[in-house]
Amino acid sequence: MKASRGSVAAHVVMGLMALYFLLPFWWLLVAATKDNDGLFGSAPLWFADFHLIDNLKLVFTQENGIYLTWLRNSAMYAVLSGIGATIVSALAGYAFAKLRFPGRGALFALLLGLIMVPATALVLPTYLLMAQLDLVDTIWAVILPSLLNPFGVYLLRVYTHDSIPDEMLEAARIDGAGEFRVFRSVALPAMRPALVTVLLFTMVASWNNFFLPLVMLSDNQLYPLTVGLRTWYMSATIGNGGAALFNVIVAGSLVAIVPLIAAFLLLQRHWRGGLTVGAVK
Amino acid sequence: MTEVQTKSAAAAPAAAGPAPAPANKRRHWREAATGWLFVLPFAVLLVAFLLLPMGYALKLSLYRSTLVEGEVFAFLDNYQQAFDDPLVREGVVRVLLFGLVQTPLMIGIALVAALLIDGATSRFSRVFRLAAFVPYAVPVVIGTLMWGFLYSKETGPLSFDFLSSGVVLGSLGNIVTWQWAGYNMIVLYAALQGLPKEVYESARIDGAGAVQIALRIKTPMIASALILATLFTIMGTLQFFTEPLILQPLNPGAITQHYTPNLYAFHQAFSFQQYNYSAAISFLLGAVVFVGSYIFLFATRKRSALR
Repeated sequence: MKASRGSVAAHVVMGLMALYFLLPFWWLLVAATKDNDGLFGSAPLWFADFHLIDNLKLVFTQENGIYLTWLRNSAMYAVLSGIGATIVSALAGYAFAKLRFPGRGALFALLLGLIMVPATALVLPTYLLMAQLDLVDTIWAVILPSLLNPFGVYLLRVYTHDSIPDEMLEAARIDGAGEFRVFRSVALPAMRPALVTVLLFTMVASWNNFFLPLVMLSDNQLYPLTVGLRTWYMSATIGNGGAALFNVIVAGSLVAIVPLIAAFLLLQRHWRGGLTVGAVK
Repeated sequence: MTEVQTKSAAAAPAAAGPAPAPANKRRHWREAATGWLFVLPFAVLLVAFLLLPMGYALKLSLYRSTLVEGEVFAFLDNYQQAFDDPLVREGVVRVLLFGLVQTPLMIGIALVAALLIDGATSRFSRVFRLAAFVPYAVPVVIGTLMWGFLYSKETGPLSFDFLSSGVVLGSLGNIVTWQWAGYNMIVLYAALQGLPKEVYESARIDGAGAVQIALRIKTPMIASALILATLFTIMGTLQFFTEPLILQPLNPGAITQHYTPNLYAFHQAFSFQQYNYSAAISFLLGAVVFVGSYIFLFATRKRSALR
């Protein structure tokens, strides 16, 4: 009896917390169906006149369809940064775990020491250095810094070290495989679960990134969604004529998070896998 | 996989035999060369986007840009200015206060949620786990926009101004809590799942209740995960930037341009072109976060060794 009462209490607490976490999503879903007047004039948490289709049309036609450009940019930055960072991290993580070379210990110690350097402190000097190379306001200013992922290297080193036995690599070498071949045909397939996790995390981090593109880009044709939506929000709040209205921003926000939530629901296992590896060490 | 293992077993006697010395040496050399080749892209990126910017920020912070002489060496003048600047001090005090209240609150919520889903096995607890984690998958910009609408008197459910100067810090804290509590919950939950079940099985047989087991046994056993989660939260709060920047236009009087040190450094650089001063503030902030994390880890290393 006592246990079931405790269980009821536990579920009530969980239910209240779930309401809190889901409230903004419910609001977004409801608000995306309203026009600008409905947004201000109707009950915020319930439906009014249905304008979702109109809003979506507005999202994709505002300023000659710049939203679609932003969406494409976000996807491009996410894919290029994600794949690039995963390749770089896989090569380095494998080398740190399985290859003996002079300077390995020192370089890895450097990585561990620098893993705590806050990224935001580096954005300004990186911007000034990029400016000297004329790379500011190009896609490279956003992609190149995102390729550095010390945590990904660390995670792949730990995973490779723990899950690939040396004998497996040794056997391939004795069979006459070159070092690169050993990596590609033996190690890489065995590293796959961790690779998927690193890829997923870097892609999401890049899709969600704001500070770096905010500083690096001034051409709005290069903006990712996060920076683009903020410029719409700013001009709507300040009330510039001709800019997107709030209903467009709301619908645009909904469109921007749908792919993330879908990816998140479909790839749950990998999310949790990545966090778990991070938590153990 | 099995194929490789059988090969390995077959090859074992050959490997055990004395290998000719020159071939061995060549192999070592080849392995070292491959090792360097493999870490090279990472090493280049580490230098280009971490060490070089760090060095450059330090250099910038030691110089001053003047109209007459151009860049002149100013040693610690910029740092002196930062220490004396009441706007910097205001921002620092604010993020410290913010971190002091927000960190234990959020980690507390995450811990309670993690203990609940660890104890319950119903289908609802799985749904709850998803619900709590979804905010983490949303860009900070969009999470902040949503709360901005909910906070507003005109578009939100309550006719209360959540962004007035008295409560705005708490409202910003709520956004951070909403976005990161689920993430920390999963981290702590993973640690709980890794605990040996026998320990609290025997406590249960001794008559300990679920709440007692959760607080007295489970919580101390995941101390290292708790410490790590706390550390990352503190690091995050010190660098507080995106949320106040996004909500600034809603109430510029309450969320000032020097609201947090990071926001101040950003505006110094990109609104006023004070790159040297901005670099000094950024470098100082980065150093505090960096040194602080290691002191924190060092001071708590006995506790984390529990695990």
